[in-house]
Amino acid sequence: MSQTNSESMAPLRWVGALGAHTLYVLGDLGRMGVFLFWAVLGVFKRPFRFKELLKQLSFIGGGSMTLIFFTALSSGMVLGLQGYYSLHKFGAEGMLGSAVSLTLIMELGPVLTALMVAGRAGSAMCAEIGIMRISEQIDALECMAIDPFRYFISPKFLAALLSLPLLTAFFDVIGILGGYIAGVHLMGVNSGAYFSGMEQSVTNHDIQLGVIKSFIFGWLVVWICTGRGYLVQKIRGAGFGAESVSKVTTQAVVLSSISVLVFDYLLTAVLL
Amino acid sequence: MTLTLHEEAVIRFVDVCVSFAGRMQENIVLDQANFTVPKGKTTVIAGGSGQGKSVILKLILGLLRPNSGQVLVGEKNIATMGYAQLQEQRMRFGVLFQGSALFDSLTVFENIALPLRERTSMRNEEIVAKVQTTLKQLELGGHEDKYPAQLSGGMKKRVGLARALQLDPEIVLFDEPTTGLDPVMTREIYELFTQTQQRLGYTAVIVSHDIPQIFSLADQIILLNKGELDVFTNPSQIPLSSKTKIREFARLVLGYEETKG
Repeated sequence: MSQTNSESMAPLRWVGALGAHTLYVLGDLGRMGVFLFWAVLGVFKRPFRFKELLKQLSFIGGGSMTLIFFTALSSGMVLGLQGYYSLHKFGAEGMLGSAVSLTLIMELGPVLTALMVAGRAGSAMCAEIGIMRISEQIDALECMAIDPFRYFISPKFLAALLSLPLLTAFFDVIGILGGYIAGVHLMGVNSGAYFSGMEQSVTNHDIQLGVIKSFIFGWLVVWICTGRGYLVQKIRGAGFGAESVSKVTTQAVVLSSISVLVFDYLLTAVLL
Repeated sequence: MTLTLHEEAVIRFVDVCVSFAGRMQENIVLDQANFTVPKGKTTVIAGGSGQGKSVILKLILGLLRPNSGQVLVGEKNIATMGYAQLQEQRMRFGVLFQGSALFDSLTVFENIALPLRERTSMRNEEIVAKVQTTLKQLELGGHEDKYPAQLSGGMKKRVGLARALQLDPEIVLFDEPTTGLDPVMTREIYELFTQTQQRLGYTAVIVSHDIPQIFSLADQIILLNKGELDVFTNPSQIPLSSKTKIREFARLVLGYEETKG
């Protein structure tokens, strides 16, 4: 009889599992929301930790410049070559500057910068906070009545929000130079046409779109990466100790990269 | 047999219940726990692993809220306090964590100076002087520029204790202070504890599974086993407990023969 009962209950188990998973996801989103609230509030709490902000600006911003330089240069050069190849078919090489700059300013600049920062600084932030959580350093701060958000999480937030737009601008400039090297120096496009095409086609609106994107991507990357580290012990399936930190760090980079790509489409669709 | 202590209580647990949702059923950690921690004395909380010893510390610090009941520190209920009030209350505590919880990116000196820098308006020279004094008292002179990763287990505990004592707390909580230490180091930490408590007169709450050695420090012993809790002023009273699970613990872990009565 009981066997018959358990057999007839089998399909319902899936419903139960789905319900449990939904509850977990909602709870997780709630915790991330509360985390974001405290992190933003921490930016306004006194005393302000200016030195920590400078340290994080140097790490997230300054430290990422080499990576951004090479990514931008190679992306720009590839765009220059590919653009020349496509435009040459229509005899429209003069549009190369316009094509390269618009692609970089509106799409590749913000997206690739955010992905690079997520991989380099985001992973580091997540692992650092995760280790501080599992080794009770965050509990120790709370026990000393020191707000961990004001002390070291909010400065990371502020630094990322300031760094991302600046790094994106740096990416755009280096990318456009890369396109110039490939298009003008290697493929022989006219230098004046490259820059004048750019000047005529790029509007303030395009630049604004790039800045808004970079700001929102910075927000997403720092929120997800620091939040996952902070909540390492609450994440289902993460395990314990060093393993939990490694799993959560991987998750943070994957989640922030996917969010950047999804939001890129949404923002383009809404703001273009 | 629960004995009532007549000293002034700094911490009181009133009908505290704590349980965690398990996969199949609810895991009850504390069931209607009632006890007090007398001022200026040492209370040892002992019990097997996973019996909720550290939960009691987290409740006292407000890092965890009970399902029901009151956790009173002085006259204030930690269980219902808002964030700002909790921060104020936490200034009264010093905590020595199980793994010392030192900030690994800060040196020994910076670790000890941190609560003074963040929580007081002391000038830099005053902070340096105070930290230097503590370093000398805890025999940590010459190690101030080292990072926690460069210290031995015993030394980390001493730095942790130094940091916990910086704000002259009324109550110091010790979470497994001798875990991972050899017997010599354990004795050294016990001596250090006795010295600092005599000098500073703080109320101590020690969570430990180093039984029965830890009982030598205790003015009051709280034993926990499978959700039951009992309070003693002397280890010899343990086998006389009215709680079956506590008597079972005494028999299994302490080797006491069960005595009826």
